[in-house]
Amino acid sequence: MWKVMLKEIKELLRDRKTLFFMVALPILVFPLLIGLVMFFAGKAVDKAENKVLDYAVVGAQYAPALVEDLAASDLFNQVMIDEGEDIAAFVKSEQADFVLVIPDNFSEDALQSGQIELSLYLNDAGLNMVRRRLDQIVDVYAERSQQKAFASLELDETQQQALIEPIVIKKVDVADKRENWGEKIGGMIPYFIFMLCLQGAMIPATDLGAGEKERGTLETLLISPIERHKLVLGKFLTIALAGATSALITVSSMAVWGLVISQGMAIKMVSEFMSAINAIDFVLMFLMLVPVVAIFSAVLLSLSIYARSFKEAQGYMTPLVFAVIVPVMLAMLPGVELKGGWAWVPLTNVALAIKELIKGTMDYFQLFAIFSSTAVIAGALLYFCVFWFNKEKVLFR
Amino acid sequence: MIEISNLAKKFAVENPKKLSDQEKKDPRLKGRFFHSVQDVSFYCESGEVLGLLGPNGAGKTTTLRMLSTALTPDSGEIIINGTNVVTKPVIARQMIGFLSGSTGLYGRLTGRENIAYFGQLHGMSEEKIDAKITELADILDMHTFLDRRSENFSTGMKQKTAIARAVVHDPKVVILDEPTTGLDIMAAQTVLDFISRLKEQGVPVIFSTHHLDEVAELCDRVTVIHHGKTHFSDSFDAFKAQAEGSLHKSFMHVINQGA
Repeated sequence: MWKVMLKEIKELLRDRKTLFFMVALPILVFPLLIGLVMFFAGKAVDKAENKVLDYAVVGAQYAPALVEDLAASDLFNQVMIDEGEDIAAFVKSEQADFVLVIPDNFSEDALQSGQIELSLYLNDAGLNMVRRRLDQIVDVYAERSQQKAFASLELDETQQQALIEPIVIKKVDVADKRENWGEKIGGMIPYFIFMLCLQGAMIPATDLGAGEKERGTLETLLISPIERHKLVLGKFLTIALAGATSALITVSSMAVWGLVISQGMAIKMVSEFMSAINAIDFVLMFLMLVPVVAIFSAVLLSLSIYARSFKEAQGYMTPLVFAVIVPVMLAMLPGVELKGGWAWVPLTNVALAIKELIKGTMDYFQLFAIFSSTAVIAGALLYFCVFWFNKEKVLFR
Repeated sequence: MIEISNLAKKFAVENPKKLSDQEKKDPRLKGRFFHSVQDVSFYCESGEVLGLLGPNGAGKTTTLRMLSTALTPDSGEIIINGTNVVTKPVIARQMIGFLSGSTGLYGRLTGRENIAYFGQLHGMSEEKIDAKITELADILDMHTFLDRRSENFSTGMKQKTAIARAVVHDPKVVILDEPTTGLDIMAAQTVLDFISRLKEQGVPVIFSTHHLDEVAELCDRVTVIHHGKTHFSDSFDAFKAQAEGSLHKSFMHVINQGA
């Protein structure tokens, strides 16, 4: 068994393609891609922030001071709109970035005028800074009008505050920072880890099963005096190891790159969050992944040995990705918790448990259900794999 | 000494609609089963080379696969030096060396590693494997490429490595399934030289082929199977005497006789 495993690992390590997918991809390519996306996103925001916006005003005569303030701003550039022109069409045809319509009741005496409604015409589908910049200018007027009204009513500070917001709901969150964050990202992490384990195991699995058939080495291997179950176990362990390694490499590379990228500002929060999860939880997460990887490996190996060629094997394995997504998606649904029946649903329970561990609200008794259901399924699949390897129909298709 | 008696093997037909017209006409197709091998018997003494002949689809490969323990026969017996292959496949495997024309190598391993891997699977010690590889490399002239990755080997190099791999454990019987099919003349000659060397060493060899000149060159015994049944099994001289003229005529005579 170990001989088979050692040989398979040696062969895997010499395969540049596999190594590329298992090591280079997670360490360099993914962060590079994410970095690129962030770079371009940052550029787009930058561009939007620095862009001078064209605008037009209708009803400028009602608020000359406001119009003057707009014109004084470096970030705006006034264009003219003819009286009676269709404003919506004017904005749509991109003659201006926005058009502001000032009503005739505009004044700085709120008690007299009542609420003033400014209409802002703009194309709000894309990223734009119209609202933010406009607010900066208009808020000054709004506040001034408010203050004037308060003064004329002779209200003191507390009364003013009460009028602005008569009733306030103050939220007291009993969830600590960790639970809060865990709920937000805890659902995504098992999804990533599962996919990576599956992906990492897929290429070696193809090679170890269908590859033997395609290269014509299977027959020679089958008639060597090694018992069939040892042969299967050797191959199985190699695939499982590859899957786990690939996932481990990816996760650590994500963590390292995450720390590098978020240097300065967010580093404290990330490290605080990470240190809140203790070592035992990490170990538990890893331990739970062991039977999960075993399930993947057994299924992949069974599919792979059934296939006549690499191509066929890949065809069988692609739907497996979707089959894995479903139980993990279930774990992300609100209301699905690590209790009762859900604790026995394979993959879903591990995904839930990882989330709970990250949140720090793990009910450790559920581990029994998780480990037993996952291990039983992994064992059954492995047994099936050995049975499968003894079928002439499978080996000599 | 190898003795095979009344070997039979059937395969379930998954989808009868997919069969070709020729397969549908084959008398071996009975209901949902294709009786690939129905009744094959022959024997081969130590130091003898047996040539297994037959048209394509006659059941040669299936017979040899049963002989090599890759397939389990439905009925019949295979006895190698007194060991029943059917009931004790793992022990039988230690006595068998098997090679086919389509055998491949692990491309990312060197020639030496390819051979050593199978030595390990046969439970040989490191020293024994090393010594055996050196010995085989001398005989087969493999030293120049032994430590290179086998994915870049020529057909001849590959075949030499495959031969060395098949006999690394000193098998008591060597089985070759169309060992020269698809090989160039030089690589094929390597195989033929290897067979005659085994013959000199007294190791019985069973090989299937379509080349009657190979049979004439090497074989002491000839077995002809057709439609999964033994049509002829006797000495080479008896085979030659089946018809006047050439071995091809003898072969046709044997096939037509049984039909």
